[in-house]
Amino acid sequence: MSDPSIPAPGSSGADSTGAAAPAANPPGSVILEMQDITKEFPGVKALSNVSMAVRRGEVHAICGENGAGKSTLMKVLSGVHPAGTYDGEIHFEGHLCEFNNIRDSEHAGIVIIHQELALIPEMSIAENIFLGNETAKSGVINWLSTRVKARELLARVGLEEEPDTKIRDIGVGKQQLVEIAKALSKDVKLLILDEPTAALNEGDSQHLLDLIAGLRSKGVTCIMISHKLNEIEQIADSITIIRDGKSIETLRVKEDGVDENRIIRGMVGRDLESRFPDHTPDIGEVFFDVRNWTVRHPSVADRLVAKHSDFFVRRGEIVGFAGLMGAGRTELMRSLFGRSYGTYVEGTILKDGKEVRLRSVADAIDAGLAYVTEDRKTLGLNLLDDIKRTTVSARLSRITHGFVVDEREEYNYAESYRKSLRTKAPNVNEGVSKLSGGNQQKVVLAKWLFTEPDLLILDEPTRGIDVGAKFEIYGIIQRMASEGKGVILVSSELPELIGLSDRIYTIAEGAVTGVLSREEADQESLMRLMTRRTHGGSEATTRESA
Amino acid sequence: MDKVKKIFGGDTRQLGMIFALVALIIFFQIWTGGLTLTPDNVINIFQQNSYILVLAIGMVLVIIAGHIDLSVGSVAAFVGICVAIAMRDWNLSWWMGIILGLAIGALVGAWQGMWTAYVGIPAFIVTLSGMLLFRGANQYVGKSNSVPVSEDFQVIGGGYLPEVGPDTGYNNLTVLIGLLLAVGIVVGSLRSRRALVKLGAEVEEAWVMWVRLGLICAAIIGATLLFGSGRPGTSFPISGIILAVLVLLYGFISNRTVIGRHIYAVGGNRHAAELSGVKSKKVNFLVMMNMSILAALAGMIFVARSTASGPSDGVGWELDAIAAVFIGGAAVTGGVGTVVGSIVGGLVMAVLNNGLQLKGIGADATQMIKGLVLLVAVAFDVYNKSQGRVSLLGMLTRNFRRGGSDDDSAAPPPPSAATETTPVSETIRQSS
Repeated sequence: MSDPSIPAPGSSGADSTGAAAPAANPPGSVILEMQDITKEFPGVKALSNVSMAVRRGEVHAICGENGAGKSTLMKVLSGVHPAGTYDGEIHFEGHLCEFNNIRDSEHAGIVIIHQELALIPEMSIAENIFLGNETAKSGVINWLSTRVKARELLARVGLEEEPDTKIRDIGVGKQQLVEIAKALSKDVKLLILDEPTAALNEGDSQHLLDLIAGLRSKGVTCIMISHKLNEIEQIADSITIIRDGKSIETLRVKEDGVDENRIIRGMVGRDLESRFPDHTPDIGEVFFDVRNWTVRHPSVADRLVAKHSDFFVRRGEIVGFAGLMGAGRTELMRSLFGRSYGTYVEGTILKDGKEVRLRSVADAIDAGLAYVTEDRKTLGLNLLDDIKRTTVSARLSRITHGFVVDEREEYNYAESYRKSLRTKAPNVNEGVSKLSGGNQQKVVLAKWLFTEPDLLILDEPTRGIDVGAKFEIYGIIQRMASEGKGVILVSSELPELIGLSDRIYTIAEGAVTGVLSREEADQESLMRLMTRRTHGGSEATTRESA
Repeated sequence: MDKVKKIFGGDTRQLGMIFALVALIIFFQIWTGGLTLTPDNVINIFQQNSYILVLAIGMVLVIIAGHIDLSVGSVAAFVGICVAIAMRDWNLSWWMGIILGLAIGALVGAWQGMWTAYVGIPAFIVTLSGMLLFRGANQYVGKSNSVPVSEDFQVIGGGYLPEVGPDTGYNNLTVLIGLLLAVGIVVGSLRSRRALVKLGAEVEEAWVMWVRLGLICAAIIGATLLFGSGRPGTSFPISGIILAVLVLLYGFISNRTVIGRHIYAVGGNRHAAELSGVKSKKVNFLVMMNMSILAALAGMIFVARSTASGPSDGVGWELDAIAAVFIGGAAVTGGVGTVVGSIVGGLVMAVLNNGLQLKGIGADATQMIKGLVLLVAVAFDVYNKSQGRVSLLGMLTRNFRRGGSDDDSAAPPPPSAATETTPVSETIRQSS
């Protein structure tokens, strides 16, 4: 199988100084081969006979639904699951590998960057880069050379920060770059990225993809796990699809002319007719109206996180909120939801024409608001709880007599929501920690639907959820709208916003910068509004009545 | 083993502790040549440990909420001396003394709760401070003297159910309570089962329920006869009754009431709880305050039993109570634990103490053994977790393991591969 050296599609902005890969190992030869990997956990077969080959100097994407076994496969490769706990063989650079831990695999040049970043917030960039790999002589660290080396590495990943800056002072996008710098410090040959752009906005994502393309041109091979199919289409040279713990196929993006639909077909084993379910909006009158909403940052007194924002929601309407990371969408929503973020300065909320003052989350719930948090695990769920307790937790008063919880009603309600949202679990006594991301999200939705809200605020409701579950969640959102509830949808995925919303507000630096109807909205116009500079006021907000 | 699990419920940890307790009792019964299960000794175990068990009830709630309370021993001693002096100097009756004691406990608890919940100082620090503060206050108020308490007050620590009715050879009231309890449990189980069937929920097989009920009733009747057949004048101790009432009350509160749910929610994930409308500060305040009220009660029971309040009462109690809670299956990180588990944990320690004492083992060896038991009990759980068995603590740690992303992380069994399906009745039963 001869293969022309692969050009880097989409490596437009990257600095490709073009140091070629070592001559002895021509690009295109196989660097990694995994054969018949089978991994069993008590009671479950997570991987069965997975085989894949990665060629030198390519970006190889691994696609599959949640629970398909992608992360497990990468854990086998990186030694998290040590040799002997799985069947099958791994050949890296022609050698049979038997890694006992991550150290072994890093020694061989395989570095994995997990979805949840493994950086220590209170330590500096330089300290984090060399953590566990310190430049030291008999245990004493040479700080000078540490800093110098850190600076070089930061330049390679295009991060303009001082090595002494603490991790907690830089954003997620930059933290991701630090992780990559850390990998580069270990002389990485094969870099594994698990959902690298999941928490990044479009700009940071693009920067990261450019960087990956740049690394490729310098001979670093990448394996990338991602749910964002447009990114995969843009950057990957090959794609291996995993479904139900089995490797289904490996596609060559160029030769096979792969597009998103082709990938989806492989992942779910069928064609998805459409990415979004059919929905005919039935929009009523304005019932939720926010005026001049202004909120101060909780600790920085002179910083406004919401600036004189005006917007409204009509019954049966799905209203999108677009904005870059850090634009203040989450902060705005949380400040509306019982002032659970920031310090209230001014502004009014009118619900059904009457002003409501929501001073606590309990007030907001009583007023018919529900807020599905952006971060499921740290803000949305108590992972120790089971489905039924979670379902009723936001409005226990619905099933209490006096102070006593009626466990029969609890079971009944939880069961009925489980059925209507089609949450996959043996029963409602199952712990939520055992569910997949999509099903956890359904439990969170059930919890908020149980409060019988009029306005459902959804903050990144499909983050980290696979394609099939996304489709179902879209359906649930549309069903809520059809029942006459208002829905606010905050999302970083523009196609999702455009596909679902009846109207989309754009936010930049805490202020509403524009509003587009369903017909007007496309990625370009949204992006333009999302990046518009604000001039300290809300003059950009034009109220339109369509 | 599966059948055993069905009978006792799915929680490996709690099951393990109950078996450990039974095994321990049998072991000491044999080793001491039958001295363990005599009426006098069993009554003694309860009287000697009731105050620690009362503390464990409060402590488990504190630990579930994610805190710790180091001050309970000092608070108990402080309340004890205040009550003893007040009753002596102001001639208060026994019940006024108790009310005064509980009120002081509430004030102390409000003090500690305020700092913990509203100022936001970690409970470890607040109660470490309280430990010094109230120990000193005890010695200041009592001038480091012992103060005796009246005989009618002594009943709550050293008293028994009175003899009433015909002479049956047993204490009639004890037997009556035992029978009522057994009947109550049988009727309750049958009713909740019937209700579940009506709902169309899965129920356990009938034999499982009957075997379990049989075992529970046998244990209750055995205990009843044991307590009822002691020396004339002794029977089920009053402190045991106080404890039993508290266990039922707090077991109910922790599982079936709004505040109970909120305690678990705050301990499990405070942010998620707050965004669900839980007022976490209020929960933390109440939990800390409740602990001090129970510490006050424990202090009074102890004073009543030892007939006087002294300057070194309650030293080291906090550690006994905390050990009981952790042996009983609570997690250091909060969110996990049960009232009943903590009582079982406390009883394991109590039986161990008592048995070693009966054999004349010295305090030095006893302490070493108790320390190792605590370690082994928690190690048992950690081992279980590493074997991938279902356990609460295991569920907890699995989710915080590095890189455990929710999609294809370690071993979440697919929903189809039905994991151990605990019938609904199990969970509902556990809550009563």
